[in-house]
Amino acid sequence: MYLPDFEYYAPDNIAEACKLLTQFGEKAKLLAGGTDIIIKMKKEVLAPEVLISTKNLGMNKIEYVPGKGMVIGARATHNDLVKSEVLAGKYASVSNAAKQMAHNQVRNVGTVGGNISNAVPSADLPPIFISLNATVKLVGSNGERTVAMEELFTGPGKTVLAQDEIITEVVIPDQKMTGSNYIKFGLRKSGALAVVGVAVAVQVENNVIKDARIALGAVAPTPVRAKKAEEFLKGKTVSDELLAEAGVIASGECKPISDIRASAEYRTDLVRIFTRRALRKAIDEGHV
Amino acid sequence: MANCIVDKDGVKRYLVTVNVNGSDFTKVVKANTLLVNFLREELDMIGTKKGCELGDCGCCTVMLDGKAVNACLVLALDVDGREVTTIEGIADGEDLDIVQEKFIEHAAFQCGFCTSGMIVSSRALLNENPSPSEYEVREAIAGNLCRCTGYVNIVEAVLDAAEKK
Repeated sequence: MYLPDFEYYAPDNIAEACKLLTQFGEKAKLLAGGTDIIIKMKKEVLAPEVLISTKNLGMNKIEYVPGKGMVIGARATHNDLVKSEVLAGKYASVSNAAKQMAHNQVRNVGTVGGNISNAVPSADLPPIFISLNATVKLVGSNGERTVAMEELFTGPGKTVLAQDEIITEVVIPDQKMTGSNYIKFGLRKSGALAVVGVAVAVQVENNVIKDARIALGAVAPTPVRAKKAEEFLKGKTVSDELLAEAGVIASGECKPISDIRASAEYRTDLVRIFTRRALRKAIDEGHV
Repeated sequence: MANCIVDKDGVKRYLVTVNVNGSDFTKVVKANTLLVNFLREELDMIGTKKGCELGDCGCCTVMLDGKAVNACLVLALDVDGREVTTIEGIADGEDLDIVQEKFIEHAAFQCGFCTSGMIVSSRALLNENPSPSEYEVREAIAGNLCRCTGYVNIVEAVLDAAEKK
């Protein structure tokens, strides 16, 4: 399988990359790890005339910046997330979500920015980022802006990114959430897309849920929040019955489709179970 | 890009230098040249196999700056100036690597098509984690498919190689 011909650029800075994206418009695609785009080009789903490699743009650090939060460079690979000590110390849930993706070879090159900008409904990172209220920094020709991860996605494969915009970093802000967790169900342990992914973050004080955010993956055209279930939990004392009921409410909020991997009914029931389990883990074990 | 020429047909070709198994190789390639094709067609290193070519099977696994990656998903131009280790670079001259010896000892292959990738993935694991658990070995080769289903012997070979280090 050979790739069709294209032109290749590897700009040295973001401004130059934005300029190239503006210059070539729809003909150009940004290349990060390549684990999605190269496959789509081989399958003739995409045929960009120009690839703009981000290899010289750095942006691969994961660091905690006091006052700002956990800053994850868009070119950090999934295995960078898995192996990051600073991330494991604060949000192991994000490392664990990354670890459930694909397999080692793909995790070594696939990037955070690529996973997000592809906007695949079953992507594993967006739900856990949304549950932790993360934001995304976008840089374009006309300057930069910050968008809530939750508002980034507009449909399968679609985001609010303009043609000349590049995701440069993801920021998990400092927060009161005391725990978070992501549970994925795939048809095999390695290299499988999520049939359902459920991410939760909770703030628990004296066994009372002060706040909760639940984000569901692969059950709607974009990752979605289960806001009714979140509201239901707020102010209530933790009990098995409460978490089970939250699962039932969350399963009523998703709108999955039936496809080759699972039926809509099955996905809905997985949301019910996984919401309960993820809540329990986040409450009992913190950010895991 | 500076190192780019246009050939007689108007196609752009780019100068690229990749360090493969310790030696620098400089070639002029089209932008669409994948690392696996660079190795096999430009350098005649055909130990790296082409299986699915979609990043599922792991036959084309090489180390890029010490990390296992699928050579079928990486552009040669994107690895300009970086270090690649292929199956040809695992042995030290005539002396087989301990992983290769243990693969032979445990009969850890049947048809052999997955073996290059299996050995590179295993070596990458042992470089990073000299004494992995069985789970860690299985995790490390999860991106390498063996359709003869010789996984048990492969895992035993890698564990044995680890203990002997």
